Amino acid sequence: MNVAGSTIAAEGFGAPGPANFQYPELFSVGGVDVTKPMVQLVLAAALISAFLIIAARGRSLVPGRLQFAGEGAYGFVRNSVGRDIIGSHDFQRFVPYLVALFFFVLVNNLFASIPFIQFPTFSRASMAYALAGLSWIVYNAVGIHKHGLLGYLKLQCVPSGVGPAMLPLLVPLEFFSNILVRPATLALRLFANMFAGHLLLILFATGGLYLISDYGGAIGYVSGAAAWILAIAISFLEMLVQFLQAYVFVLLNAMYIQGALADEH
Amino acid sequence: MKSLFLILAEGDEGGHTPESPLAVEPVEIVLSLVVFAILFYVIWKFVVPNFEKTYAERTAAIEGGLAAAETKQAEADAKLAELEAQLADARHEAARIREEAREQGAAIIAEMREQAQAESTRIVEHGKAQIEAERQQAVTSLRAEVGSLATNLAGRIVGESLDDDERQGRVVERFLAELETGTPGAN
Repeated sequence: MNVAGSTIAAEGFGAPGPANFQYPELFSVGGVDVTKPMVQLVLAAALISAFLIIAARGRSLVPGRLQFAGEGAYGFVRNSVGRDIIGSHDFQRFVPYLVALFFFVLVNNLFASIPFIQFPTFSRASMAYALAGLSWIVYNAVGIHKHGLLGYLKLQCVPSGVGPAMLPLLVPLEFFSNILVRPATLALRLFANMFAGHLLLILFATGGLYLISDYGGAIGYVSGAAAWILAIAISFLEMLVQFLQAYVFVLLNAMYIQGALADEH
Repeated sequence: MKSLFLILAEGDEGGHTPESPLAVEPVEIVLSLVVFAILFYVIWKFVVPNFEKTYAERTAAIEGGLAAAETKQAEADAKLAELEAQLADARHEAARIREEAREQGAAIIAEMREQAQAESTRIVEHGKAQIEAERQQAVTSLRAEVGSLATNLAGRIVGESLDDDERQGRVVERFLAELETGTPGAN
């Protein structure tokens, strides 16, 4: 960033933008350029796997610290997301999916606040597209598997207790909101939160640096210091957002699956 | 590593415009799905079964412990009831024995009293019989003595003149005097 700082100094303050989210390739494997966010994806999966495998391996009836932490994290997704939303009858077979999804999103989000990584993986929209698309396939497949294609479409698109006169209006609306829009909102919600949060942090951090080192004077120092203090405050806010987005993502997945499994709309 | 701002600067200069942040990157999509699939497999295969088994074992252990405690409690209750029953039996037995002893005591006292009564009656009877026998004996001996005295007196009266009142009186006087002196028939 020091190089960047000097570049800015020559041309005035360069506001951060979408370009900050485009990393050059670190290395290339078989003609595919590997960038930092890609490495982060793999790192997150490795960290989660290691933590959960070690925590679950003990299988002690009176858990130690690590097992207790693992059980707490696992039980949070299993019980308060899986069981409470999907219902105690069906939830068990979705627990691996929900647990994997929650920790994958959570750790990749938290990377935004971890020193030396400091980049939310899902601010790369394509990665959010991937998980949202997978969610779309999962809940639709679950519903079609249970009700059949026509039965499932009827379940999702024909609201019960509505007069036949309203159906021509409501069926396309329901199809649009339940089948078409859901993956888009899932992906955009996750991506946009991470993108905006990171952008905001860069703005306050580099803006504070510019004010202090290049703008100078009393105004520069005071406002630069204020910007950095705000950057710290925003970092804490971002950690909350990172957790909340992971929770919301997996919660919506559970709700969509529950809706696809339901007998009544 | 190239500076991000340099890239931005290049973009502004028209080198190559930065992609839209919403652009689709097939490589990233595929990589995300592959990595997620691996993570899912690991969790599905190694994490969830272990945690679920632990939960089940813990539930079983707790329920087993509760069941064992309940059994123990029931056993203790049964034992307590048994002991209480035994205690009540013992109390009952003691009361019965006490009652029996009292009855026996009363019977013994009554028997003793009866015996004593019988004994005293017997003694009284014996005394009476003895007295009667002695009286009889006295009467017999008295009768014999009175007979001889009467005969003696009669002989004396007959020996004297019986028609002289004065003499008759003297004879009786004398007789009685002799009786008193204890020498009847001495003259």
